[in-house]
Amino acid sequence: MEMMTVEQAIYQALAEEMQRDNRVIAMGEGIATKQLQLVEAFGKERVRNTPLAEAVVAGTAVGAAASGLRPVIDMLFAPFLSYAMDALVNSAGKLRQISGGQFEFPLVTLAMTGSGWCVGGQHNHNLEAAFVHMPGLKVLMPSTPADFKGLLKSAIRDNNPVLLFTDLGLLHSQGEVPRDTDYLVPLAKAAIRRIGTDVTLVSYAKTVAVCELAATQLAEQGIEAEVIDLRCLKPLDETTVLASVRKTGRLVCVHEASGLCGMAAELSALVAEKAFESLRAPVMRVTGADATPPASWMLEQVGVPSVQNIMGAVIDQVAIKTMPAAYRLS
Amino acid sequence: MHTSQYQMAEPTDKSLQWLEQMQLIRTYELHLAAMQSKGVPGTCTSVGQEACAVGVMAALDKRDRILTNHRSAAHLLARGASPGRLLAEVLGRIDGYCGGFSGSLHISAKELGVILTSTIVGGELSMAPGVALAQKMGQGEAGGIVTVFFGDGAACEGIFHEALNLAVQWQLPLLFVCENNQWQAFVHRLETMPDNAIINWARGHGLMVDTVDGNDVHAVFESATQAVSAIRSDSMPRFLELCTYRQRGHFEPDDQAYVDRQELAHWLERDPIKRLCQRLLQQGMLTQQSLNNMQQAIDEQIQAAQAFADASPWPDAAMLTRHVYA
Repeated sequence: MEMMTVEQAIYQALAEEMQRDNRVIAMGEGIATKQLQLVEAFGKERVRNTPLAEAVVAGTAVGAAASGLRPVIDMLFAPFLSYAMDALVNSAGKLRQISGGQFEFPLVTLAMTGSGWCVGGQHNHNLEAAFVHMPGLKVLMPSTPADFKGLLKSAIRDNNPVLLFTDLGLLHSQGEVPRDTDYLVPLAKAAIRRIGTDVTLVSYAKTVAVCELAATQLAEQGIEAEVIDLRCLKPLDETTVLASVRKTGRLVCVHEASGLCGMAAELSALVAEKAFESLRAPVMRVTGADATPPASWMLEQVGVPSVQNIMGAVIDQVAIKTMPAAYRLS
Repeated sequence: MHTSQYQMAEPTDKSLQWLEQMQLIRTYELHLAAMQSKGVPGTCTSVGQEACAVGVMAALDKRDRILTNHRSAAHLLARGASPGRLLAEVLGRIDGYCGGFSGSLHISAKELGVILTSTIVGGELSMAPGVALAQKMGQGEAGGIVTVFFGDGAACEGIFHEALNLAVQWQLPLLFVCENNQWQAFVHRLETMPDNAIINWARGHGLMVDTVDGNDVHAVFESATQAVSAIRSDSMPRFLELCTYRQRGHFEPDDQAYVDRQELAHWLERDPIKRLCQRLLQQGMLTQQSLNNMQQAIDEQIQAAQAFADASPWPDAAMLTRHVYA
């Protein structure tokens, strides 16, 4: 193990995979300028600076992926993906199925988002759920440096288009990362960060740590919260979430993205459909607002789920001693 | 291709083979258009543009890869696609090239080198540089190049400029073929762009360009052959603008009420098949009898294709969620 930041873990994973497989290439606006160690190790043919033209960068990656290369593209900030939607959604996501399975798209798209840098709504916009809605794509949003390494390596080895969102607030956070060059974290497997019996907190990215803090404080009040870090939003690890809710009977979903049609809504529906009989209280969501993420530090903080918000939701839930009759199965 | 008495006059001359391909494309597409009244899903034909597809494909090899768009039947047939499997695809049957999932709009046939067909206008332009990059980095067959077919409509998309710029800057072995058919869905090109030619944009990006009469299969073939040979030797992209005309509507059925009758008549006079026939008849390479025989054989081929497609089963319901992921 060695201590490193999320950013270092990302580029270590990329370098290891480029070393392992010469079909892996990296493209992006500035990647060859900023990641000089990659250029030194693999040359400018495999580490490519691109024009500021997201549509053709993504399209080129899609065409290359279908033709034998394994591109990793750095699209910088998540809102810039709007220019790349045709390539990622209509081409990478759909052309495998449209063609009856003739093509594979081993392609990884990196994008940063999230509060903490006060960059405003055209650089910070948590769009992950929008991509979860798109067929053929996989979506990752890890929370620890080790997971960034292990998940990115798995994504590069996967034969499908994967988006990996990096929460800006985590970019420079540190953690222990295995040195193993074959350290892989499987896609579609959530991590249980804290075991508890009274309520399940499900989150991903930066707000996992907020949930863990809330859980610590709840424990002081005698409430034991289980904290699940989804890590991979699509495919969704339904098994881990359902098993936990069946145990605790309560679910609070937490994320920074807007709640409307977001991951929390999906998790709520999942539990309503498959674990309704276990619920001892209505599912609650603690999410960002249906509004443009602001640049003002003060407003940015208001829009992010806090320990206080999460604790409030849990305490409200626990106060419900029995479900209203209408909720009970006959 | 079946053999018969209209075999090419000289072994080196492909004119008769081209005529046969163009006739096959025309007959196939008119058959599809006629089938609209029988419940066949709508389709975008390339009637009037057959010389573009046949002339360019004749200049390419098996090792080359091709990206096309929603108006793709001509490209696929010129590349040797089976009319029966194409019709099965249009009808959504399992023997189609995409197992019936695609329908007429985005048919890819990897076995023919026709890949990543996109019906999003400009989608093919977004992916073509990547296919060419993979080729350049050793992933394709040695010496192969990539060709992308698109129209004047796609040239008005922003991605057109992004793709041209990247192809030049990265020196990609990519042939851009713009079939300027004067129509962008339901809007005439004159309404959408101030210039009369797409090549001026291409030239502005530093591309080597050529424009030819897209209704003259020999002119298309010669120009494409030069471009292909140049790309193979220096791995730099080239740009061809083929001036042609979409004789039918954007999407069948279409009454073409918006089309200027005089303009249509002008282009019907310059029909690529009519002109090739006249030339071959004059040169004595074709007789009216052999032409009739050719058409009859093609008609039979299309009838057999329809029977094959009709007999092909519907996909299993499980196909709805198959191939979402690799």
